[in-house]
Amino acid sequence: MTCSNDKMVAGASLNETEFFKKQTRVALRNCGVIDPCNINEYIARDGYAALGKVLTEMSSEDVIQTLLDSGLRGRGGAGFPTGLKWKFAAANADDQKYVCCNADEGDPGAFMDRSVLEGDPHVVLEAMAIAGYAIGATQGYIYVRAEYPVAVERLQLAIKQAREYGLLGKNIFESGFDFDIDLRLGAGAFVCGEETALMTSIEGKRGEPHPRPPFPAKSGLFKKPTILNNVETWANIPQIILNGADWFAGMGTEKSKGTKVFALGGKIKNTGLVEIPMGTPLREVVEEIGGGIPGGKKFKAAQTGGPSGGCIPAQHFDVAIDYDNLIAIGSMMGSGGLIVMDEDNCMVDIAKFFLEFTVDESCGKCTPCRVGTRRLLEMLDKITKGQGTMQDLEEMKELCLYIKANSLCGLGQTAPNPVLSTLNYFYDEYVAHVKDKRCPAGVCKDLLSFTIDKDKCIGCGLCARNCPVNCISQTDYVAPGHKLASYVIDSSKCIKCGACMANCKVGAISKK
Amino acid sequence: MSLKSTVPFKGTKEQEQQLKAIIEAEKNNKGCLIPIMQKAQNIYGYLPIEVQKIIAEGLSISLQEVYGVSTFYSFFSLYPKGEYQISVCLGTACYVKGSGDVFEKLQQVLGIKDGECTADGKFSISACRCIGACGLAPVMTINGDVYGRLTPNEVEGILAKY
Repeated sequence: MTCSNDKMVAGASLNETEFFKKQTRVALRNCGVIDPCNINEYIARDGYAALGKVLTEMSSEDVIQTLLDSGLRGRGGAGFPTGLKWKFAAANADDQKYVCCNADEGDPGAFMDRSVLEGDPHVVLEAMAIAGYAIGATQGYIYVRAEYPVAVERLQLAIKQAREYGLLGKNIFESGFDFDIDLRLGAGAFVCGEETALMTSIEGKRGEPHPRPPFPAKSGLFKKPTILNNVETWANIPQIILNGADWFAGMGTEKSKGTKVFALGGKIKNTGLVEIPMGTPLREVVEEIGGGIPGGKKFKAAQTGGPSGGCIPAQHFDVAIDYDNLIAIGSMMGSGGLIVMDEDNCMVDIAKFFLEFTVDESCGKCTPCRVGTRRLLEMLDKITKGQGTMQDLEEMKELCLYIKANSLCGLGQTAPNPVLSTLNYFYDEYVAHVKDKRCPAGVCKDLLSFTIDKDKCIGCGLCARNCPVNCISQTDYVAPGHKLASYVIDSSKCIKCGACMANCKVGAISKK
Repeated sequence: MSLKSTVPFKGTKEQEQQLKAIIEAEKNNKGCLIPIMQKAQNIYGYLPIEVQKIIAEGLSISLQEVYGVSTFYSFFSLYPKGEYQISVCLGTACYVKGSGDVFEKLQQVLGIKDGECTADGKFSISACRCIGACGLAPVMTINGDVYGRLTPNEVEGILAKY
């Protein structure tokens, strides 16, 4: 164990850095501290002690009550109370029930589940076995993305080790309780993060969602009572069992207990995973933990909730992050992606980016999502090309509300959120695209024009040599104080690649 | 020119035997179709209709069912991929840091579009949605090698290594 002690000492000094000081690590407590390929290191950090406690000292009702009291809510995004989910599944008697882990972390910009799976795979196995005991299931499935090969490898190894130690399999801790876990690999469909679609995919079919009710707690995988929790939710559970519901409920806000892991990315100095108590202000996360925005640029928005979420503008920079506050300002917690954007990001372009994603990932089963998101994308495309009208903006809003109200599953119901939130907070940017045919952030290529300031140009010709379409030529004009004639861009041929501007040494080229 | 559907199926007897053994071993497991298809793609590199027929027959299900699954999931490819498979991450974190420009540059340099393969079968490119390396954004992978904090100017130098 000397090896892991060394690492823990190193961990202690890390905790004094600005990045770690404000964090509270519960779900990530072992990540980077233990060797994930060695079950003994997990056990040395109280691993499988919660499972032992549950099997030898607690009834299944006790376990569920503890979770209910802790106030733990699903970390996958929707925030449904975990204990309640388990209670429903426990109440439905059946000869076979299932416990599933949603490790299909599809939100672009979120990677907390990958870190837990790669850094602490046993915590997921332990928590799933606890759930199996609580609801009366003997089989678990982990549905993990094929895009995470290291996570898959470590989970396979962890399952093998746990079986060897008798922590999975028959008669665990000699309690008479049997539980085993199998892996299922995803195959690259975002919609499979939705619970009913995920279960359909485990069944080996096209991962299309189906209407609820019946809820999975009643009829889920193979039509049997099933609970499905997200990786980060699982990672909290052994700690709740060991430290008690009150310990967990002591962290966070009134309705959102505990901590939440965010994947901090985008235009920020310190990127990476941060775990903070619920209720931490967004400003603190961005400015203190994240170290602010590089290059002295201005904060424009933080995007949370991935393609289902929204953009939080500067006016809400002080919002205390929890489930309900984020929904109140038109975004959502989601699985925890937190992408910071600065003044160089165009919000119309961002909305279009997310719509491209949902159009691509819509499974096509229901019309509002399949057709609606496509129409929405077409309108956004028109706007970014400078062909939009004010009527389009009105119609977009109407279409958004229609898609939200009528789609079958969470993907469609939340797909319009990036559009609605940017329309709400950055309406003037949309208007600039529509009325002035201008992209204020200088992103939308069709609305850009590059010009050379003839008095700043020193005539070196670097821009012309780097232009892929040869649309830059020399003029006869020699600026006062310069020796060579300046250059000019033929905007009718320009493809707006920006190569000239990137290569100009004197900053004579500007875009607007 | 892309290779898309112009390559004839070149499966060998050994590959077929290997696949049939896998089908035999798995066919009684619940929900075995996707795991079998994943293994089949590992054997052949892609899932041409000929391979899908073997799977359908082995499991006594319709080809339509197999085809429905293979076209639903982006992981399954009906066309052969290049010797070096390039994926550019267009997830949010990479996108806001300019992976779109990197992707465009790659398409320009190789002369192919998303999902296509160069005529010599060497490179294929695809856009992917987040490989969870957002701290290194923008990111691309070439056969599992990860290149992070990219700029479009580095693209040619990286390709030259292969």
